Amino acid sequence: MADPTPSAGPGKNLKTARTILWFLVLLAAGVRLYALLNRDGQPSETATYADTVGGPFALTAPDGSTVTDRTLAGKPFALFFGFTRCPDVCPTTLARLAQLRKRMGEDGGKFAIVFVSVDPQFDTPEDIGPYVALFDTPIIGLTGTKEQIDAIVGAYHAFYEKVPTEGGGYTVDHTASVFLMDREGKLQSIIDHHESAETSLAKLERLVSA
Amino acid sequence: MFAFPRCPQRQPVATLVAAFALALPLAACGQAPDRAETAPAASRIAVSHGWSRETAPGQDAGGAFLTIVNEGTVPDRLLGGTAPAAQDVQIHTVDMTGGVMRMRQLAKGLEIPAGGTVTLAPGGNHIMLMGLKRPLAQGETVPLTLEFEKAGDIGVELTVQPIGAEGPEEEAHHG
Repeated sequence: MADPTPSAGPGKNLKTARTILWFLVLLAAGVRLYALLNRDGQPSETATYADTVGGPFALTAPDGSTVTDRTLAGKPFALFFGFTRCPDVCPTTLARLAQLRKRMGEDGGKFAIVFVSVDPQFDTPEDIGPYVALFDTPIIGLTGTKEQIDAIVGAYHAFYEKVPTEGGGYTVDHTASVFLMDREGKLQSIIDHHESAETSLAKLERLVSA
Repeated sequence: MFAFPRCPQRQPVATLVAAFALALPLAACGQAPDRAETAPAASRIAVSHGWSRETAPGQDAGGAFLTIVNEGTVPDRLLGGTAPAAQDVQIHTVDMTGGVMRMRQLAKGLEIPAGGTVTLAPGGNHIMLMGLKRPLAQGETVPLTLEFEKAGDIGVELTVQPIGAEGPEEEAHHG
């Protein structure tokens, strides 16, 4: 647009036009760089998101007692949504957490593992006790009424949905990430299903050392 | 392990000794194509490495994982199966898009390509034992019969592993 035309005049004019052109190019690059840096930084926005994850909830433990966010306060925890009839991703995730906890040695006892069933129609609190016991490490297994589960799933910006299957049954789609909550109940990090054990281990070490 | 005797025709010729040792079975295999010409196109399915994970009382479903090899020249299709321990046997797939676990039944079954190997493993396609009649206990073996479109029924034994197992031959964890 600011391209100088060769016919604009000899020598000096052309040189001025070139200088202006270079100035505009550098200005554009500067603006772009500034925008990029600003987007990469974004510390305030991430903190805001983390602050919105978690919060008050009330669910039922296998022994019938009520467990709330306040029951868990003071100790970091790793929270996972699932259901007992999920034979694949749920056991894999919980077993990996159990293994990582063992690898952490003493530090492994410094965080709680919380399993929240999102299948209140099938999973009773009593059913969840023997299920979490299979993993050979203390796991707090919880469920509740549909309203209670909707509340905690919403509070964690998670997702679950009952999906009918052939033959009148159903399965449950659900968020498969593990939420790592610090001792104040605030989101510190998330473990993705696909990430390596080493990455997850580093996140858990950070969780207990915070 | 395998549901039919395998001919070692795919193994590379290693040594003369081995070649002599294989001479008889190779000769037997050499006749197979002649027979196949007169018979309908044969599907040669072998199912191996069957395993499952222990389940808790009250847990209504279990997963079954295994390897299917089609050594035939025509594709086949896994349609379903039966197991004494379960009311229903289904083939499922898992989609993890967007960090959400979505399990779906493969109503039309699962194709086993000619000459192909299909592994059913956690996190991917797998067999679901629906409506478990009793919990699966670590260390036991559970029979499963798979139904194939062309190869018919093929049986496999599922070794029940610890709940955290991610493969068929995982050792029990010690301390």
